Amino acid sequence: MEFWLKLNIFDELNFVNFMTKHKNNNMYLEVKNLSKSFGNFEAIKNIDIDIKEGEFVCFLGPSGCGKTTLLRCIAGLETQTAGSVIQKDIDISHKPPSNRDFGIVFQSYALFPNLSVFSNISYGLINNKWKKVDIKRRVDELLDLVNLSEHALKYPSQLSGGEQQRVALARALATSPGLLLLDEPLSALDAKVRVFLRKQIRDLQRKLGVTTIMVTHDQEEAQTMADRIFVMNEGKIIQSGTPSEIYTKANSPFIASFIGSMNFISAKIDSSKKVKCNDIEINCDTGSFGENDSVQLAIRPEEIYFQKENQDDNVILATIKEIEFLGSFQRVYFESKSFTNDLIIVDVPSANARKIKLANHAEMNLYFSKQDARIYSK
Amino acid sequence: MNLLRFGDIRRGKDSSDRVGQFMLVSYIILFLLFLVLPLGSLISKSLQNKNGEFVGLANYNLYLQEPALFQSLYNSLFVAISSTIIVVILAFLFSYALTRTCMPFKGFFKLIALIPLLSPSILAAIALVYWFGNQGVLKEVLLGKSIYGPIGIIMASVYWTFPHALIILTTSLSLSDSRLYEAAEVLKTSKLRAFFTITIPGARYGIISTAFVIFTQVFTDFGVPKVIGGNYNVLATDIYKEVVGMQNFQMGAVISMVLLVPAMIAFFIDRYSRKKQISLLTSRSVVFKPKKHFKVDMIMLAFCSALALIIILMIGMAQYGAIVKFWPYNLNLTLKNYNFEVAGLGWDSFYNSVRLAFYAAVFGTIIIFVGAYLIEKLRINEGTRNVVQFFALMPMAVPGLVLGLAYIFFFNAKDNPLNFIYATMIILVVNTIVHFYTVSHLTAVTALKQMDKEFESVSLSLKIPIYKMFWRVTLPVCLPPIFDISIYLFVNAMTTVSGVIFLYSYDTTLASVSAIHLDEQGEVAKAAAMAMLIVYVSIAVRLTHTVITKKVLRKTQAWRYNIIDTN
Repeated sequence: MEFWLKLNIFDELNFVNFMTKHKNNNMYLEVKNLSKSFGNFEAIKNIDIDIKEGEFVCFLGPSGCGKTTLLRCIAGLETQTAGSVIQKDIDISHKPPSNRDFGIVFQSYALFPNLSVFSNISYGLINNKWKKVDIKRRVDELLDLVNLSEHALKYPSQLSGGEQQRVALARALATSPGLLLLDEPLSALDAKVRVFLRKQIRDLQRKLGVTTIMVTHDQEEAQTMADRIFVMNEGKIIQSGTPSEIYTKANSPFIASFIGSMNFISAKIDSSKKVKCNDIEINCDTGSFGENDSVQLAIRPEEIYFQKENQDDNVILATIKEIEFLGSFQRVYFESKSFTNDLIIVDVPSANARKIKLANHAEMNLYFSKQDARIYSK
Repeated sequence: MNLLRFGDIRRGKDSSDRVGQFMLVSYIILFLLFLVLPLGSLISKSLQNKNGEFVGLANYNLYLQEPALFQSLYNSLFVAISSTIIVVILAFLFSYALTRTCMPFKGFFKLIALIPLLSPSILAAIALVYWFGNQGVLKEVLLGKSIYGPIGIIMASVYWTFPHALIILTTSLSLSDSRLYEAAEVLKTSKLRAFFTITIPGARYGIISTAFVIFTQVFTDFGVPKVIGGNYNVLATDIYKEVVGMQNFQMGAVISMVLLVPAMIAFFIDRYSRKKQISLLTSRSVVFKPKKHFKVDMIMLAFCSALALIIILMIGMAQYGAIVKFWPYNLNLTLKNYNFEVAGLGWDSFYNSVRLAFYAAVFGTIIIFVGAYLIEKLRINEGTRNVVQFFALMPMAVPGLVLGLAYIFFFNAKDNPLNFIYATMIILVVNTIVHFYTVSHLTAVTALKQMDKEFESVSLSLKIPIYKMFWRVTLPVCLPPIFDISIYLFVNAMTTVSGVIFLYSYDTTLASVSAIHLDEQGEVAKAAAMAMLIVYVSIAVRLTHTVITKKVLRKTQAWRYNIIDTN
């Protein structure tokens, strides 16, 4: 889409101002020991987070994990029960939302239905005593930025969901906030628009350099957009890191299964410090686990191959039970009673699958490397 | 308590929330002054003797030993239950015809059915006198029975409560999922069985709700039994007689309590069933579209035509009676009945009614809408919110007559600093707003609930104070329901009798009350004329409302009419 190229010329002065305004320290936002309870229910517990200037951060987790509550505490839309929020070395924990520096976009867009696109975007500027000409120029810039210039005089109900979300984004950015908060911004959109907007938001964020926090339950969204992901469950942050760190070094079976898909095979550590799955011994790093520990062996479906790649790869003989066609790849379900009582999932790129000619009931050798197999406690 | 739950407002506090908190506390004070304390003084009055000494339940004991008064309770229950049964059946069939058949002229029938809303309840009673009274046209039809008594009360009550029942039942019947009927059809269920297994259970809460609303309205109505009750005493007329006739305020208070309790019970059952009703329909339901069925459509057409004809004949007769020279001897037409000077009244009471309706509509709408907004959208202390919400629902459970009497006891007390509003227009306006608070409040709440709950959060993040957003977004978006509320308050202020019968003074006589007094003096034609004046104003206001909705709202609501174009 050509309009994202226009980002280059967007409001350079503003951008420079913004960068100089915030350049001195490296931590833009610090959340310290933050907790929030609703009655007896502890929504978030002792959260600690540091976010760097200009970073794009995602709070990722299943619904009810407290990620939205955490975002709302940062915005001041919710008052924490304990702990503090520090923005640019200033403690803002007890400031009302109107005295904090942020823009926010909600899942529902929350566009004012009786105001035109132009008035929605200029909504926050009017109060800051801007001159009419300046407001017009600023709104035009923003409309251009989200490529909605020709829709300025329409009402929100006349726009599609994706367009409405872009208006909401422009409205949030209009006052040049230092912090952009996105609360499940893409969840209400259909798949195609979602993928499209993902990249747009990400590019926009990079260009503007605005520190951004996004809440999402969609791991793919988090992985494609974020510099850093905080995975949350039951009110706690259970792992943080770059998308690839989270994916390859998931520190718990929960994360391993939440981010991407994963085969879990129940196993035991035997006397030779090997992993015993039913009748088969598996070669892999057993870490700190000791003899007789019950563990789960975890292998990603795309890390199982049909050819040997390394000398010490593990081998399992299995039978194809079912093949699912998923477009760019095929998901094959294998059975191997000597290895596990569950079916083993293997993802095969469609191009490969065509060559191999997979068929039901075919018996094949499955290989996976020592490094790709992880074990978690049960 | 389940009925006191609210939408969740999870936004953080802001200075506007503190202002809102402060404002809501003043709502609590107002409710205490104009609702709770008056009711309190009513209760305490019922526990005192004539000298104001506490006598415990002695008055209640006296009441129970008085067979005549006890008979009134029985009479009240009898007419209320009979009317309720008749209205529920008629209104159910009528709304079934409107929502579930392909009967022609639905719009026309809907319009006609709402006519009784425009008139005070006594208009029906007056019309019945013309039709079936001692000199009535169709007197013989009653086979020697008198219209003055339970027959008249029930007929008139059915007439004026019919549209109320129709509105609830139509809503209830239109909330139906067509997929249920499709499923039944696929399973080869007969139409009759589908009716009893899908239609009736689906509308069951609507029917229960209607029954209790109608019961309360008839049970607590004063105007109809006053005009056409004859010697048939009911609780409402007893209160009036005790208070106005015998100056026995204590007994009036006791009977008020007897009237209040069933009304309260009915109110809570109604609230409960309405809660249930809402949960029946999900956003994924498919709206029912009736299919043509010649026989059913024609039967329904005949039925609705008959009811429509009765409604037209009732209001038509009231109008005819108002312009006839001397019923039934001289049927020449005249406007002299509209000259109320002869009866020592003049048009003042009419102008007073219009003033009252205007003030109640303007101030009531502002107070009620702002109150609902504070409750729904601001972050305020949960306790405060609960209290205000409870107070807002309470007026519906209090019959107008009871509230009016409570106002006398409270505001007429010499040591009450608010004594100065007694016998003024102010007390009438306040009483009317409080009396009709609940329905207006619920309308406002429903409208506000439909607005995105994050609007306030967005505004705060953009550093726009909430009051500015209220002015720029909430108010414009909510204009249609706001107009509805003001119309509701206006028309009810014009037509109410029971709320104000104890509160008007020499300077503040009202049209509806005057109509009752004219009737009392035997000036039935003038009473009809006065009641018809109220109808004219109500129609005029409704028409204005329609014009405003069509013309003016089209500007502020432009966004509503611009649905996504297909480019």
